[in-house]
Amino acid sequence: MALSADKAPGGEPGAQAPGSPAAPVTGAAGAGASTADVIKAVPVRHPGRWVGVAVLALLAAMLVHALVTNEAFHWDIVWKYLFSEQILRGLWATLFLTLYAMAIGVVGGVLLAILRLSPNPVLRSASWLYTWFFRGTPVMIQILFWASIGALYPRLSIGVPFGPEFASAESNTLIPLLGAAVLGLGLNEAAYMAEIVRAGVGAVDTGQAEASQALGMNQAQTMRRIVLPQAMRVIIPPTGNETISMLKTTSLVSVIAYTELLYAAQIIYSRNFQTIPLLMVAAIWYLAVTSVLSVGQYFLERHYDPAGRNRVGPSRPMRRDQSGVVT
Amino acid sequence: MTSEIPAEAENGTPMVLAESIRRSFGHNEVLRGIDLRVEPGEVLCLIGPSGSGKTTMLRCINHLEKIDSGRLWVDGDLVGYREHRGRLHELREREVCRRRADIGMVFQRFNLFAHMTALENIMEAPLRVRREKRSEVEKRARALLDRVGLGNRCEAYPSQLSGGQQQRVAIARALAMRPKLMLFDEPTSALDPELVGEVLDIMRGLAADGMTMVVVTHEMGFAREVADTVVFMDGGVVVESGPPGQVLVDPQHERTRSFLSKVL
Repeated sequence: MALSADKAPGGEPGAQAPGSPAAPVTGAAGAGASTADVIKAVPVRHPGRWVGVAVLALLAAMLVHALVTNEAFHWDIVWKYLFSEQILRGLWATLFLTLYAMAIGVVGGVLLAILRLSPNPVLRSASWLYTWFFRGTPVMIQILFWASIGALYPRLSIGVPFGPEFASAESNTLIPLLGAAVLGLGLNEAAYMAEIVRAGVGAVDTGQAEASQALGMNQAQTMRRIVLPQAMRVIIPPTGNETISMLKTTSLVSVIAYTELLYAAQIIYSRNFQTIPLLMVAAIWYLAVTSVLSVGQYFLERHYDPAGRNRVGPSRPMRRDQSGVVT
Repeated sequence: MTSEIPAEAENGTPMVLAESIRRSFGHNEVLRGIDLRVEPGEVLCLIGPSGSGKTTMLRCINHLEKIDSGRLWVDGDLVGYREHRGRLHELREREVCRRRADIGMVFQRFNLFAHMTALENIMEAPLRVRREKRSEVEKRARALLDRVGLGNRCEAYPSQLSGGQQQRVAIARALAMRPKLMLFDEPTSALDPELVGEVLDIMRGLAADGMTMVVVTHEMGFAREVADTVVFMDGGVVVESGPPGQVLVDPQHERTRSFLSKVL
């Protein structure tokens, strides 16, 4: 937007104060000379937008007023517990839970996607079945299931299937609460990640894999070196969303009494009955971490698609052509 | 039918030998008994209307496409199979890859690896497939880029190159594997008319250096000038083949004549 310095006041709608009478005539009158001048036209008025802004401003004021004046929020208590050791330890547990669950989810998702793309119908169906089951049942049930696996199989063992056992252990010692939480969240996540990875792989032009094979690269090399790196551009953004979503979903683990952020808050308010302030404490932390993650996602996306340069010339439309593209 | 190379091939192994190749996609029989013979050092151009099976035939040669029946040899080796005690066994992936590595292929849509620079595109296969030393591969890759006139665009990504430049990189990428046979699948069909020449020039140079080439093309001028043999295909069969002076100038079949009258 290259406008001359002497443009009329109100030439830019955003700069105009609501309700201020614009005087666009000055600009237009001054411009009256040749057609080569920068156009200084009277901008169209958008009264509807101003009404919307006014309504939103009013609502925002009401919200702030309610937050500040309502004693029941007990901001002093929120402040007191925000950095308390118990809460911070819960936050730490939440972060690690997210990390572990997403690790299982991403690795499992890639494996499931590769199975899904296999020429073998049994492997393909197995992957489909997994996704069908884990996406089709609530994650809360899956978490509870893993936490109570001891009721189903009191002992778990390693050995020859239907043959002798080499080692066995109590289910509850083998799968502690953390394990149940990570399994429940991670295995569920893998089903979603599988779909994301599959979409990403599907978005890579088949010509890429063909060229790779024509050069004598085997399927594993083709996948690892050629297809997956290009699929990343499509996989990363939804994976970021999944991570942010996972951070919040970890709060479900409170149902099996694993002390993550929400359960830490619950423990405190079950003692002092300050339910709302402590829920606010948890909410503030969730919001803070998801904000940080969003920023991280932004930079990750830029890393995998700097200025849309990872594009094959004429086979796809260019998104941006600032890099001297000559297609 | 035996998988031994037929006796008439005695005077030197042909680079490509195809006998009654058939290939169907569902109910659509794309190849209906193709015979083909390419001698070492020969340039063979496959011409014909679209849908005639030229591209499918080309893709069979490096086993990107399987054949349903017939026999296909490249440099004396059966493509995709091994014969043992009178039965055909499918080759393992490792074998298929080893044979493909010796056959260069250039695609209509270039298919350069979009996430790699021109140099990385060329170095990838020699490093991963042949496991050659990086310093040597890089030297060779730079020399190849020089040869196709792109010595100053080593670090460019495919999207930063014109179509003609991309196709030249793709040719260099295939040459980096030191192939004994080069397959070209309509290498200039996706190019702007003004960029066709630069790619054909490279191919002319290759032919002059004695490279064995099978070229699917619509460039009749190129076929007439460079090809040793021109094969006209239509409807999944070879209608007519021979030296360009005969097939392109004085075709014997009505179908060849009507095709040529439309493209020339």
